[in-house]
Amino acid sequence: MNEQSALLPPVDVVEDESGITLYADLPGVPKDKLSVQADAETLIIDGEMALEMPKDLEATHVEVNLPRYRRVFSLSKELDPNKLSAELKHGVLKLRIQKAERAKPRRIEVTG
Amino acid sequence: MELSLFPRDFVAELDRLHRQVQRAFEISPSIRGFARGGFPALNVASTPQSVEIYAFAPGLEPKSIDVQLERGVLSIAGERMPAVPGERATVHVNERFAGHFHRVITLSDDLDPNEVRAAYREGVLHVSIKRLQSAQPRRVNVS
Repeated sequence: MNEQSALLPPVDVVEDESGITLYADLPGVPKDKLSVQADAETLIIDGEMALEMPKDLEATHVEVNLPRYRRVFSLSKELDPNKLSAELKHGVLKLRIQKAERAKPRRIEVTG
Repeated sequence: MELSLFPRDFVAELDRLHRQVQRAFEISPSIRGFARGGFPALNVASTPQSVEIYAFAPGLEPKSIDVQLERGVLSIAGERMPAVPGERATVHVNERFAGHFHRVITLSDDLDPNEVRAAYREGVLHVSIKRLQSAQPRRVNVS
């Protein structure tokens, strides 16, 4: 499958002093069908649904029309792709990316 | 100072546009007001023996979901709590649904209200309702 044939999952992105937390809605995706890849520049979330379906199923109303989610983000330099943790619960991915030590905010004393 | 670490760049804008266009061209077969794009998204399918409803409702406590079937109308309701950011946090993107939801869907009238199963797995609520025995197709012998 190519990139066009995937759903774009909604996300929330929150930043604090030590890093970024990303929440993505990926209903129907089990852990083993989820892929999270990060390098210095890009974060790629890719997940495939695995729904239990009985035989002889005939769709009558379809709002989710693709069995796959994919979303790509560009990462900025201060984030450390090696310090990434991911947790998947009830179809919500919680991703935490730490900032590199040198990028954490420092309070600068003003003298005068 | 760069405020956004995930800037709404050109590609993201294209993605958003793509989603809007996708929505605009879908036709809703449902007579009830709740249009597409509501939460949770619903897929409905049927077999000769049952009707299967899939509600894409991630991030809920299974016990908090209220599922009711009354005279062929299925209603799914609940609440999804927003993620609460810390005191000194900045929200850059906020696309996920938060708050109360209630979706109603009209099903066929040959369903058995005593034969309903609901399971919540990986953020998908799957409701399976059997058709009434009397409504099942039967082979008629010709003598």
